[in-house]
Amino acid sequence: MIRDDKEFSACGLFGVMDRSGRRFNGEMAIRALKNMSVRGNGLGAGFAVYGLYKDFKEYYCLHVMIQNKDLDVKKKVDGFLAKNFDVVYDEEIPVNENSKTVDPPMFWRYFVHPKSHGENISDDDYVIKNVMYINTKIKDAYVISSGKNMGVFKGVGFPEDIADFFMIEEYKGYIWIAHTRFPTNTPGWWGGAHPFCILDWTVVHNGEISSYGTNKRYLEMFGYYCTLKTDTEVMAYIFDLLMRRQRLPIEVVAKILAPPMWDQIDLMDEKKRRFYTALRMVYSPLLVNGPWTVIVAHHGEMFGLTDRIRLRPITAGEKGDLLFLSSEESAIRAVCPDLDRVWTPHGGEPVVGRLSSGALKRVVR
Amino acid sequence: MKLKSHLLPEFIVERIESRCNKCGVCVKQCPWEVYRWNEDGTDIIIDYTKCVGCQRCVVYCPNKALIVKPYEGSYRPNAYWTKEVIMDIKKQAEQGGVILTGTGNDKPYKVYFDHIVLNASQVTNPSIDPLREPMELRTFIGRKPDHLEVEFDEGDYIIKTEIPPNLVIETPIMFAGMSYGAISYNAFLALAMAAKEFGTLFCTGEGGLPKDMREEYGSCAIVQCASGRFGVDPEYLNCAAAIEIKIGQGAKPGIGGHLPGEKVTEKISETRMIPEGTDALSPAPHHDIYSIEDLAMLIYALKEATNYEKPVFVKIAAVHNVAAIASGIVRAGADAVVIDGFRGGTGASPKIIRDHVGIPIELAIASVDQRLREEGIRHKCSIIASGGIRNSADVVKAIALGADAVYIGTAALIAMGCTMCQKCYTGKCAWGICTQDPELSKRLNPKIAAKRLVNLLRGWSLEIKEMLGGMGINAIESLRGNREHLRGIGLEEWELRVLGIKGAGE
Repeated sequence: MIRDDKEFSACGLFGVMDRSGRRFNGEMAIRALKNMSVRGNGLGAGFAVYGLYKDFKEYYCLHVMIQNKDLDVKKKVDGFLAKNFDVVYDEEIPVNENSKTVDPPMFWRYFVHPKSHGENISDDDYVIKNVMYINTKIKDAYVISSGKNMGVFKGVGFPEDIADFFMIEEYKGYIWIAHTRFPTNTPGWWGGAHPFCILDWTVVHNGEISSYGTNKRYLEMFGYYCTLKTDTEVMAYIFDLLMRRQRLPIEVVAKILAPPMWDQIDLMDEKKRRFYTALRMVYSPLLVNGPWTVIVAHHGEMFGLTDRIRLRPITAGEKGDLLFLSSEESAIRAVCPDLDRVWTPHGGEPVVGRLSSGALKRVVR
Repeated sequence: MKLKSHLLPEFIVERIESRCNKCGVCVKQCPWEVYRWNEDGTDIIIDYTKCVGCQRCVVYCPNKALIVKPYEGSYRPNAYWTKEVIMDIKKQAEQGGVILTGTGNDKPYKVYFDHIVLNASQVTNPSIDPLREPMELRTFIGRKPDHLEVEFDEGDYIIKTEIPPNLVIETPIMFAGMSYGAISYNAFLALAMAAKEFGTLFCTGEGGLPKDMREEYGSCAIVQCASGRFGVDPEYLNCAAAIEIKIGQGAKPGIGGHLPGEKVTEKISETRMIPEGTDALSPAPHHDIYSIEDLAMLIYALKEATNYEKPVFVKIAAVHNVAAIASGIVRAGADAVVIDGFRGGTGASPKIIRDHVGIPIELAIASVDQRLREEGIRHKCSIIASGGIRNSADVVKAIALGADAVYIGTAALIAMGCTMCQKCYTGKCAWGICTQDPELSKRLNPKIAAKRLVNLLRGWSLEIKEMLGGMGINAIESLRGNREHLRGIGLEEWELRVLGIKGAGE
């Protein structure tokens, strides 16, 4: 494991979505990240692809990382999964052994369906529970991706090396989000690269969360345990808790993570003031403080958001059905020079791209 | 039979003769009769054996002619049989009673606050300058639902979930319960005035709330319902912002209270609803609470009496099983749990109890917060840390360990003039704070005392903002329970574990 105790920070984020649901390969994502090479230092990069496994789209796909390619660990994972899921298909994720990555772990993907569990929880929550089990209880095994018809590919290296290792260009999807990393306070290890994923929620993040301890300990009350040694993981869990479990729309969730200042709230009309006051009162442990920008995706939706005082950059661009989000406008221009529109959203103002409901049905059902 | 006292003096008074012009201010200021005129009124005689070290004469001497300092003479040095130990034995040999004292535990137990250091941002995240950017301290006290349901209606989001009553304070610092009776009317009023001006709350203690203060200060009062039930009636409960059931007090866990009859003046008698001149005895337990289910009944009786519009706090002393007790209290329906550590003050306590019962607030807060989280009920109540909060760093550390807000008592008294002489129980407070003597209590001008309190709150709040900004945090809620920003120095493994923090350098 590479340990990096230095304090640097500059991550590069990129996301692109075709809002008609058309699938395309990873070439744009790779090129955009290459354009932001100063935002990474070769200690982490990754990609999330939506609409990836259309032949298995009704099954959860678990991407499991096995440290040190330890087959005993894999056996434990196999045994655990066989006990709790019907595994309909599994294989080692094909990789290019000639890529420039150093000492990669083994990656295996399992297409699974929850066994009838008799527990009074949804399939999604059942999957989360079992993912948490593997991540916390089976040493050296980490589930890095656990959604349906999507997948995360990530590791230690420059983005082009990771893309080369996983042969990213072979894959197609209608949303790509990607990340190049400049590790800050957490070790540069394969599991610590972005995107972070729980079910079909993925997050790429630039920043350092100063409210980490508060956020993490609140999430623990709801059964989320942060195991991947980075503060970005909390983001993925917050979105899962608020958007999937509590069914709050991103427009509301944005105001929980990055609420307006009390000075502003106090000047709002009665109705709005009550709303924001209640939101800040109840969800204060989920205010995400410090400098951050995230791009988040789940099926049918991609959005970008920055912290309440916008201490990290984000730019949005549009071209026809394509929506781009990135740390830098230059990365968007590099892959799409003639944009219809380009803009910089305010802190706490989400930029949201959505599939039409018809297109969404084609992707997930 | 009166025995000859073997006690040594505690303080000595030195007068700089060249400065003293025999003006007599010291004679007037000292309620302990240290100073008196000689027979022909030409000189002032000093009996320093009566001096308690309150420094009133020193501050008010117009010629700065006085020095009051600990009496240096002592017994043969002995690390075990210290001067204090010997003196306490002699006192009891002479009087055969319980030794009383005031203020909080003054023994040199480990101060955990002083073994915890704070974080600051460097490079990877920017520190935030509170002089340029908003820095938010607004805090809500009360029970929160575990989620909100929202509905989109005419272009606006509306909250559908019903939210239990919460209190808003503009800084996470409130004034702890100090009763009218224990402290003077002027001191009590000053606390109310300062709380109102600054947008925070004060707790009445168990002496009721004078009727003439209800209209103006009820909305910033936490009214206490203690084991003596003094001053409790529907109007008292309903005029307040919140109700606090006082089970225990950090300075004297397991012990009741006793306001001697001579302090029960006409106004106190009216406020406490007891006959003038009778002793006001608060039993050690509430005689209707012998178990947790009895507590639940009182909590809901108070909620019924106030139409479920007021948060109900429960205050306990920090003792060995504080985490389990707090969990029970939250499950019994309390909206806030006040944990009072063993440094918490008192107007009168047996010294042996004050100095030997209870646990440090830092450890208590950490274990209560952790337990409530493990049980998934942390959001169902607020935690208020009380007992020995000395400065804004203590506030920040208490919040990072898991408190929502703090109570200050001793610090507030010091702001008004208290010098920690520990003679609160005598009723002769030279500073007009802890006394019902009209001559003494009028020394404290409530407006001026309130000004000092507001200044203190402002000073601490500014410092909290500086510390938050340094950590890259711009809202106090992002500090709450955020132990990542704390590191321990000079702590054992078990202490770090209980506090839930890493050691410095880790």
